[in-house]
Formats: sequence, structure tokens, C-alpha cells
Amino acid sequence: MDTRYDYGGDEFIFVDFDIEMSLEVNFRVLSVCQEIERQRIDGVIEVCPANTSYLVHYEPEKIEPRRLMRVLRDIERDAQHIESLDSRLVDIPVLYDDPWTKECAKNFADRHQDASVSNLEYLMAINGYSSKEEFIAAHSGTPYWVSMIGFVPGTAWCFQMVSRDRAIQAPKYVRPRTDTPERAVSHGGVFVAIYPVRGPGGYQLLGMTPVPIYDPTGSLVDLRERYILALAGDRWKLRPIDMDEFHSIRAEVEAGTYRYKTVVQKFEPAEYFRDPNRYLKRLQREAGEC
Amino acid sequence: MLKIVEGGLQTTVQDAGRFGWYHIGMPPAGAMDQFSFRVGNILVGNGDDAAALEITFAGPVMETTEEAVVAVTGADLSVYLNDTRVPQWVAHRVRQGDRIACGEVERGVRAYFCVSGGITIPSLLGSRSTYLLARFGGVEGRRLLAGDLLPVGPLRPEAEALIGRTVPSRFLPRLQREVGLRIIMGLCSYRLTEESVEEFLRAKWEVSTEADRVGYRLRGPEFRFKDREPPFGAGSDASNVVDVGYPVGSVQVPGGQEAILLMRDAVTGGGYATIGTAIQCDIDLLAQASPGSKVRFRAMDIDDAMQARHDYRARIAEIAQSLSLFDRVGLLGQ
Repeated sequence: MDTRYDYGGDEFIFVDFDIEMSLEVNFRVLSVCQEIERQRIDGVIEVCPANTSYLVHYEPEKIEPRRLMRVLRDIERDAQHIESLDSRLVDIPVLYDDPWTKECAKNFADRHQDASVSNLEYLMAINGYSSKEEFIAAHSGTPYWVSMIGFVPGTAWCFQMVSRDRAIQAPKYVRPRTDTPERAVSHGGVFVAIYPVRGPGGYQLLGMTPVPIYDPTGSLVDLRERYILALAGDRWKLRPIDMDEFHSIRAEVEAGTYRYKTVVQKFEPAEYFRDPNRYLKRLQREAGEC
Repeated sequence: MLKIVEGGLQTTVQDAGRFGWYHIGMPPAGAMDQFSFRVGNILVGNGDDAAALEITFAGPVMETTEEAVVAVTGADLSVYLNDTRVPQWVAHRVRQGDRIACGEVERGVRAYFCVSGGITIPSLLGSRSTYLLARFGGVEGRRLLAGDLLPVGPLRPEAEALIGRTVPSRFLPRLQREVGLRIIMGLCSYRLTEESVEEFLRAKWEVSTEADRVGYRLRGPEFRFKDREPPFGAGSDASNVVDVGYPVGSVQVPGGQEAILLMRDAVTGGGYATIGTAIQCDIDLLAQASPGSKVRFRAMDIDDAMQARHDYRARIAEIAQSLSLFDRVGLLGQ
């Protein structure tokens, strides 16, 4: 489809590349957003990449809206495909099928499609998995691309880097919950999201991570500068852990000594599309332990 | 220092807002009614970036530990300086040990307590504003409680010169129970039928009780969507789209059952179709509309929005001019 340019009131411009999710489009979004940032256009406050679209926040007193729209169209026209970008592989330990999110799901059973089973069992069934182990292996086997950041500080939309036919999908709750525990690992549509803070939500609840993805208190050194973990272009690898490891990581987090396991790698989209599985395995090997 | 004796219902430190962090999911926060906030700061001789207290529905009781100039703007409520009721939109002198008590809001929703020198708590990512949902900024990211001590900037002679000055009544917000919001339609409004868009603009909407700093839920006619095969990643509901960024002021239509207008603590993105964006200065009007108030939308294009924006700023500059003893450039900048 043709890219749509639209005014989001008097301070935002909304640019939508596609109505359908894909990594190809997300790479295009990132490439255009990087170019906008690189040009340091006077009056542009910031650019916010999303899955298949982006927002620009600007000061119309400094740059006239119609002019900015033209500048953005020119940037899109001239934008090159990204040859390579720095992408972190981030280890996200996850206690799947944990007691806390199951308790939460029970409290909001009346808002769910099928309250007779847990959210994890529900996703298993509708995605054709016959055992929890098999489902968890698929859910955590391939890393997720962070294709958008937002909602509240630190929420990352994580899109699993698998072919469409292997994508795990989930409807959102029939009516959103009014409460979700902090650090709940969840799935909605084709995205995984971790809740940075306690609050309302509509994604299916699958587990809990012991590591914060948002920290307003500055107690963890890795989150001190930006307060959040996610960076656009991250790859997050969910790693199933047991209750013992969950508690030992929690203890490190609470002591303020926890360090995130991340490895920065050069990510080449063209190489990825040539043979996604082989490319991801190679990166995983090169990252070593992470 | 400003000593909080009683916190009131929801009193928070707010300033003009925190900008440049929307891409990490951090909304601007800041005073919901920027007009009343700015005028309050002008009254006490502050610049645009000075932090003030935003009072919601019922006000705090405070004590000052030093001499200052203060003003209360925004929603109508009673303000007592020691035992004397004092008018709003006026610069008052307070002395060490004075007690300032704000009552319940009678008209509007939010009032602003501005003090010369501003509230000078540490600033985070360039702002002192409180963002309650993610416990960020302000005083520990929360509403003020009895016992809080807030540092205040120094009292300067130009603030003292303003004591007794009043904002002329022709400039005051009308705080009516019926507000008109100007909106630029678009974003994902392609999901709605044309009749549904027309009905949205024709209808009288009602502010529900779920109306806070994040968003205002508005009740009105149900939305109708165009038929479609859901695109990959969007979700099955007719109101779902592949998650997009939500501008501050945008209107979304979850499930087609209601309209939510995102305010200054907006969630910055999500998977519901957005159908347009209110212009920034009209968020001030909605911020003063209590539950049960009526809302009407009027569509406009970007050129008219620029004119509205210009008029709004010109009005604030005119107030600054009418309040200044001398035509001081410092007050008129911005």
C-alpha cells in the first residue's frame, strides 16, 4: 500500500507504511526514523518508531506543518534499506506458568474467552500444541524483535522472528483486566509484551520475569540512564527458568547488583531474509553464552 | 519551603511537561490545563518552566516557611489565607508561617497553586512533572501527602511588584459544563464508515466517571466499522489495528463502544484504531470538564489549527502584557 501521511493534531505527524505486521516494514520504519534523527531537523522534538508506522512530535512555531510533511516524504523517497544495524541480543529469564499471573487470571476469569483453563493452556490449545513443554519451547525458542516501544515507559512489542505460519497468535481478553502484576510476560495478537508496572491490561498471561524492564528509582546501573531496558532494534531471547533461579535473580535485583546479559551484534536484514533460521542460529552462536 | 499539612484528593507537582521521551513510552505529563497553569506563573513572576501544584477536586492545606508571592488559578474553589478568604487569579503575598487552605472545587476540575520561584524539587528527564501511572517525577512519582516538604525558589523583586495584580475577567476560562473541542480527523479513521464519522461529529458526548490524567472516556453513539479481513498482527476485533503510536489528544474507539481521548499522561501507543486528534490547546478545556459534562467535536484542517494555536498564544501574551507594570520582555518571551 501507499504510505499514508496524516496530521495528529497540531503537534504530531503520523506516517503509516502498512496495515499488516512484518519485519520488512519494521526495518523500513527504523531506516526512515534513523534518517530523520540524523538530519536533526529544526523544530522536530522527536521521532517515535512503531511496528509499521511512526509519529513525529514537532513544534509548529519552528517548522511549518506542511513543510515538515514534505521533508518527511523526501526522506522516505530517498531512504536506503538498512544494510546493518547495531542490535542487542538480550537475555530475558522467564518463569512460565508461574503462580502469580495464574492467580491474576483467576481473578479476572469473567473477562476471558475460556476460564476453565489457564491463559497458557488456552494459547496452547488454539495454537495447536499438545503439551506445555512443547508450547514453551516454541514460545521461547526463537528470539523476538523489539518492533515498537511505548504504551507506558518500557513496554516493548516483541515480534517473534519466525515465519508467519509458525507465529503464535492470541486474542486479547474479551474485556481488559483492571489489574496485572508488574513484570508479567504476556501475549496478544502476534506480540509478546512484559508489563513494566502494575496496571490494567488485555494480553494473555503466560509467565513472570524476575528482571525489571522499567526502573524509576535508578537502583539498577543498566537502567540508570534511560530508565527502561528496551531499545528499538533489540532482539529479546526469552529463557525458561525454574522457581529457584527466579528467586535467586530476584535477590540480585533487590540488592541492586543484577546486570542484564546483553551482547551487541551487527544485524544485517538482507542476510536475515536469505535464511532466517540459519542467520539467527549463527548470531546466537557468536553471542556465546547469552 | 512549602509544608503540606493535608494533601487534598490528588495534588501533584506539575510543570509545562517532559518532552522528547515519548519514544520510550514516557508521556509529557505536566499541567492538564496549561492555560491556567501558565497564567498562574505569569501572576507570580515565573517563567514557563516553573513547577506548580495541580489540585484536583479538593485542595491541600499548606504552610509557608518563608515570604513568597502565590496565586491560585484554574477551577473555582475557596482559598483561605490564614482565616481570610482570598480571590483566585490574584497575586497574594504570604509570609513565614502563613497557612493556605484550598477547599473543594465548585466549578471545573483542576486548580493551580503557583508560587514565586516555583517548586524546585529535582527535575527528571528535563521536567519536575509527576507521572502517576509509572511513578515517575514529582515527589516519588506520587500525589502529595501530609508531611511533604517542597523546596521553593527565591522570591525576586519582579514578583513582589506583581502583588495585588489581578487577571482581567475577560481572560478567565468559562468552565462550562458543555465544551467544544476542535479536532483534526484522520489517523486510522479509515476503519469507520462515513456515516459513523459524521455521527461522531454530530453527537453530544458525555464525560464518564473514568476520566483522569491518562484519558477521558466519553459516552455516546456506538461506532460502526467497515468490513474487512483482519490484517496479520492486527487482532480480530473490528477496532484493532497493528499497534501504532497515539498522539497526545488522539481519540481511540476500543470495541466501538466508547471514545477515549488521551490526555497529558497518555499511553503512547496501542492497538486500537484512533480516529483523530484534538488540538493541544483544547485539552485545557476538557481537563476542566467534570463527569457528566457534555462534549462536542468540530473538525478542522491543519491551517485552522495553526490559527487556533496562534490565537491561544496571543491571548497568553496579552495577559502577560496587561499584568506587567512595565513592558518587560522577560514575561512576554514565549
